[in-house]
Amino acid sequence: MNQKIDHMKYWPEMEVLEESRIMDEVLQAMESYDYSRYTAADVKYALRKENRGLEEFKALLSPAAGAFLEEMAQLAKKETQKHFGNSVCLFTPLYISNYCENYCIYCGFNCHNKIRRARLDEAQIEKEMQAIAATGLEEILILTGESRAKSDVEYIGEACKIAQKYFKMVGIEVYPMNSQDYAYLHQCGADYVTVFQETYNSDKYETLHLAGHKRVFPYRFNAQERALKGGMRGVAFAALLGLDDFRKDAFATGMHAYLLQRKYPHAEISFSCPRLRPIVNNADINPKDVHEKELLQVMCAYRLFMPFAGMTISTRERSGFRDNVIGLAATKISAGVSTGIGSHADDSAEQGDDQFEIADGRNVEEMVAAIKQRGLQPVMNDYVFL
Amino acid sequence: MKHDKLVIGGHEFHSRFILGSGKYNVELIKAAVEQAGAEIITLALRRANSSGEGNILDHIPQGVTLLPNTSGARNAEEAVRIARLARELGCGDFVKIEVIHDSKYLLPDNYETIKATEVLAKEGFVVLPYMYPDLNAARDLANAGASAIMPLAAPIGSNKGLCTRDFIQILVDELDLPIIVDAGIGRPSQACEAMEMGVDAIMANTAIATAGDIPAMAEAFRKAIEAGRAAYLAGLGRIVEKGGEASSPLTGFLQE
Repeated sequence: MNQKIDHMKYWPEMEVLEESRIMDEVLQAMESYDYSRYTAADVKYALRKENRGLEEFKALLSPAAGAFLEEMAQLAKKETQKHFGNSVCLFTPLYISNYCENYCIYCGFNCHNKIRRARLDEAQIEKEMQAIAATGLEEILILTGESRAKSDVEYIGEACKIAQKYFKMVGIEVYPMNSQDYAYLHQCGADYVTVFQETYNSDKYETLHLAGHKRVFPYRFNAQERALKGGMRGVAFAALLGLDDFRKDAFATGMHAYLLQRKYPHAEISFSCPRLRPIVNNADINPKDVHEKELLQVMCAYRLFMPFAGMTISTRERSGFRDNVIGLAATKISAGVSTGIGSHADDSAEQGDDQFEIADGRNVEEMVAAIKQRGLQPVMNDYVFL
Repeated sequence: MKHDKLVIGGHEFHSRFILGSGKYNVELIKAAVEQAGAEIITLALRRANSSGEGNILDHIPQGVTLLPNTSGARNAEEAVRIARLARELGCGDFVKIEVIHDSKYLLPDNYETIKATEVLAKEGFVVLPYMYPDLNAARDLANAGASAIMPLAAPIGSNKGLCTRDFIQILVDELDLPIIVDAGIGRPSQACEAMEMGVDAIMANTAIATAGDIPAMAEAFRKAIEAGRAAYLAGLGRIVEKGGEASSPLTGFLQE
């Protein structure tokens, strides 16, 4: 095993953004973030302040803010209403391949996990997309495992072109690539790039990502910036909460997004808030100290720090939690989700195993009803490809 | 008041309330038309660019003038493309130009807005540009063929009211086109104040969309806008300083 590969060193084919200081700034700030220093007074100040900066964000993520969760939630709801009104956007992820070259010990797709592997061909992708479009959805997120050999950029590009026929908005959540690859996928119809950094603690990262491209921490970190350079409209950020110190990881996620938005003011920014979930062959994986209360605190802190940012709530969470956070902090919710390969079309059985277990299996119709029941407006599309 | 009309690009309107529809809500559209008497409703083309029950176009009552906006455009070229697409989709010739490449405050880019206005006015659109209230930019917009000017009162959705009051007043005083205050109006009283200043119409959305009772707030806005307009037409009297003042303290001696 190539465990000795330096995880902070780029591989030859990886594009380096020489001028970008964002990673260094984030890592430095995260290192010095001591959340135990923040008191109730700091939290109250952060709640009162109108334009909240990094210091306020730190206070809101601190243990001291746990006692102010109700106030945070009420303020978060106001901010969400101001910026997004009653709208709640719907989408679904489509996994087109689960081959992976990485060895990430917490992920069901990791290359040493003995699962059923599958890769949809173009006809199968089209069939799956037709089935999804028939449910009324107009936004799709295309996902692959991280295998450049089994799902190269051209393959993902073809999937985006097919998606453009059936959907108004096409996002991708695939392995990090160079800006020219992002530019190509943008031409193919993709306009939104999601990359989870998993953890911003590079030492911890190194112990979790044992092999593959993903082992290279800085290349993953700078993926969003390369995506914006490639012409993508928006980028999404996330730490997988529960892998490491979730407060520090949430802080780094927010600061990463904050610095990128300052550098690229036109970029649309959004957050995802995933927690660890059990996987095939390892039911014991759990989000450790990130309970629902902590997850909600993180979501409210993101909202109060960057009120204009989108926020997606994952099917990793139970329906009761998801229903309560839409309109409060989350602005986008998935419906009709399968994290396996090839299970949307009626007549096709799932061919590849799931990435993780989902906790909310509601279909689009049920999700639409749930949103309406809360007095919110389900929105299938809020986007035009330019 | 009966014969007091708002004329935009040769089209006459009786209502001076324009509904923004960014915070999409079917109840809001109904209330704005029935309670607030709105005759113009803006809609984001990117939101109308939808099928099924999510299509906002299906909720616009007959007889209401659609004002598609170009939200999502980051430069003039994208705004022009969205406007043309709106026309193709049957949204009519009105277009509100929004060019924004700032995702935090959503402040408009006047320079790109002027460029888009010039192109679209030549193509026969009735162009209503959303802009940051700058006199020079407003004059350029007028020269480029705009049919009205839509200065912002405060950042979109902020409900902060007339933060740019004095600069909007300059536009009211110096331009011959209708001035429609767009964005930032959070209360009926602020809408009333803007109308008293001589603004021609008010566009609002968030303030009504997020109210506890949407129809009641829509009606409150209608009344406030009408009151402000009536006050403007009546001519506001001077404000007497506390304790009163002599009628001609400095020139009275001429009468002695």
